[in-house]
Amino acid sequence: MELTGAEIFVRCLQDEGVEHIFGYPGGAVLHIYDELYKQDKVQHVLVRHEQAATHAADAYARATGRAGVALVTSGPGATNAVTGIATAYMDSAPLVVFTGQVPTALIGNDAFQEVDSVGITRPCVKHNFLVKDVRDLATTIKKAFYIATTGRPGPVVVDIPKDITAEKTEYHYPETVSLRSYNPTVKGNIRQVRRAVEIMLGARRPMIYTGGGVILDDAAEELTTLARMLDFPVTNTLMGLGGFPGTDRQFVGMLGMHGTYEANLAMHNCDVLIAIGARFDDRVTGNVEKFCPTATIIHVDVDPASISKNVKVDVPIVGRVKVVLQDMLRELAKSDRRPDVEALAEWWKQIEEWRSMECLKYDRDADVIKPQFVVEKLFEVTGGDAFVTSDVGQHQMFAAQFYKFDRPRRWINSGGLGTMGFGLPAAMGVQFAHPDETVVCITGEGSIQMNIQELSTIRQYGLPLKVVNLNNRYLGMVRQWQEFFYQGRYAMSYMESLPDFVKLAEAYGHVGIQVEKPEDVEGALREAMEIRDRAVFLNFLTDQTENVYPMIPAGAGQNEMILI
Amino acid sequence: MRHIISILLENEAGALSRVAGLFSARGYNIESLTVAPTDDPSLSRMTLVTSGTDDVIEQIVKQLNKLIEVVKLGDMTEGVHIEREMMLIKIRVVGDQREEIKRLSDIFRGRIIDVSQTTYTIELTGTGSKLDAFIEAVGSTPILEVVRSGAIGIQRGEKALRL
Ligand SMILES: Cc1ncc(C[n+]2csc(CCOP(=O)(O)OP(=O)(O)O)c2C)c(N)n1
Repeated sequence: MELTGAEIFVRCLQDEGVEHIFGYPGGAVLHIYDELYKQDKVQHVLVRHEQAATHAADAYARATGRAGVALVTSGPGATNAVTGIATAYMDSAPLVVFTGQVPTALIGNDAFQEVDSVGITRPCVKHNFLVKDVRDLATTIKKAFYIATTGRPGPVVVDIPKDITAEKTEYHYPETVSLRSYNPTVKGNIRQVRRAVEIMLGARRPMIYTGGGVILDDAAEELTTLARMLDFPVTNTLMGLGGFPGTDRQFVGMLGMHGTYEANLAMHNCDVLIAIGARFDDRVTGNVEKFCPTATIIHVDVDPASISKNVKVDVPIVGRVKVVLQDMLRELAKSDRRPDVEALAEWWKQIEEWRSMECLKYDRDADVIKPQFVVEKLFEVTGGDAFVTSDVGQHQMFAAQFYKFDRPRRWINSGGLGTMGFGLPAAMGVQFAHPDETVVCITGEGSIQMNIQELSTIRQYGLPLKVVNLNNRYLGMVRQWQEFFYQGRYAMSYMESLPDFVKLAEAYGHVGIQVEKPEDVEGALREAMEIRDRAVFLNFLTDQTENVYPMIPAGAGQNEMILI
Repeated sequence: MRHIISILLENEAGALSRVAGLFSARGYNIESLTVAPTDDPSLSRMTLVTSGTDDVIEQIVKQLNKLIEVVKLGDMTEGVHIEREMMLIKIRVVGDQREEIKRLSDIFRGRIIDVSQTTYTIELTGTGSKLDAFIEAVGSTPILEVVRSGAIGIQRGEKALRL
């Protein structure tokens, strides 16, 4: 039997096992919406802005490991989605975005709501397609999921002209696809793995540095086993938090610009650096000329282009992080060499000394609410077990520093692109993936307003998520840079005419709670967590002038931190 | 250093702009770029001439390999190879110059492919530097138009870039 393109589209999603798609309708995708209406296997979530659809789908993917799916119309629908696509691209999230397109015959004619979606998204996708023949539709969709979820994951855009959704053909969804030009490496070169293991066993001041790759490839368990077996210190990037238990003694905290003193100094002084699923981002390395000056560097990554891009490495291993770690564990078990216990004890002693600086300390006796304190209390109140999304700014760094993630996929933020407005829609995506889990969005009064309209979506679907607004009445991160580097000329970083967030939350049908004193923080958080049937917006009036410490100023080395 | 990178590319709309976009987005140099279908109609062969340090060239090769449409890729400059470029050049020639330019064209193994009362159009193939040398040699004779194809390259001997 022949099906229309729109029917095929929906069947493909069903056969792919997609349960949720996030989207917003419009002319070019109306045939598709009509088919979505006729079935109930795939639940469509109606957002209030296409950017939110892509962020929600992205976070859904990050929280589950399955591809997130978004559907938007042509023209403005597609352009609104671009920020979300770029966000997913920078953080390698498996995302499939379907964009409607004007009918094939009108493409190139400046038709109503026409935009070259393939052209606009090209630099920020792993791949994209324009479907030109309904007979290619099912295979293209299969390819999109395959490309998005394998190798180094990333967003894939499929642009579907409206006429294609009306034309008919036989439906067949391929079980698998293969592309002659796309075969991501899975297994690392075993000789390189052996060489790496030998170097690790000879290390006197080793350091394990891991990133989002460990999370994306579900390799936290292997990483933890490896680190424990060797008793090596571990640091995570912003994207890698949860890859190794944050409360573990061997964890020295996040590294990089706002990483801990002990993590950055251990990086700077190590003799063997084992980088796993991390990409030596500039926020991590600081000045690359001064980066890990004494280390032999081993780098495991599924993307060969990440290796030796910013920092030359000594032992490159291209392969899936999980598979390479398994091979490393096997080689370690086979070897009769053991790490140098004495050297390690000496190294740990040094690290403990750095740790005793307590670089994350803050004024606990202040009579204003410290943002760090809120995150610490949130950690306690949620038993360290919440899914936490965040926006971008100081609050993001406080969340990363003070919420100790013991498990992967619990910390979801925009690390690469740094997209304000990510947090709230991301929390929606996570809550759809895990309806019974506690989901918290840590945000600031600047960021939250970039996608505040999603409070309406949250109401529509009765999502019980919690918003923790660390409201300092400043674009705090901007203010901090202006304080440090622009002699306190606070250009456009003060937020005036803020809404009454409590009333706003209530207007959308949620519970709003205002918290102004440190002694009320814990109680308010507990009260919010008790509410399971509605969303809660907690507006914490926090210290206006608090800064994120420690900090490596741009261009400085990892050993040149500004401490409080 | 200058590198000649040959790419077998899926012969699909958009593949070319993906390669060109990669170069502009990442700030890599393109000296020339040529592309045309091969004996296998599903594949195009692109030849890209670029320059950069070894690290940059390594990144270029890796980034190109990441593009889904890139099927296979080879850096011609790594081995012995032959490089050719074609040039069509239109020169204003009158009087004595007609004989002189014809002689020059013969020396460079060029062919005069179009003649008018006042012009010659000469076809010339060779390495880029040979073509440069010809332009130099034409000297003060007025050049009306220069069309160069950009370099193409192939490895010597048994080695071949194919699937
Ligand atoms: C979409 C977007 N625009 C601008 C920026 C630049 N930026 C980074 S942090 C920041 C301030 C964020 O303020 P707020 O959300 O209130 O958080 P705070 O730093 O105060 O915790 C800005 C403007 C950005 N990251 N994203």
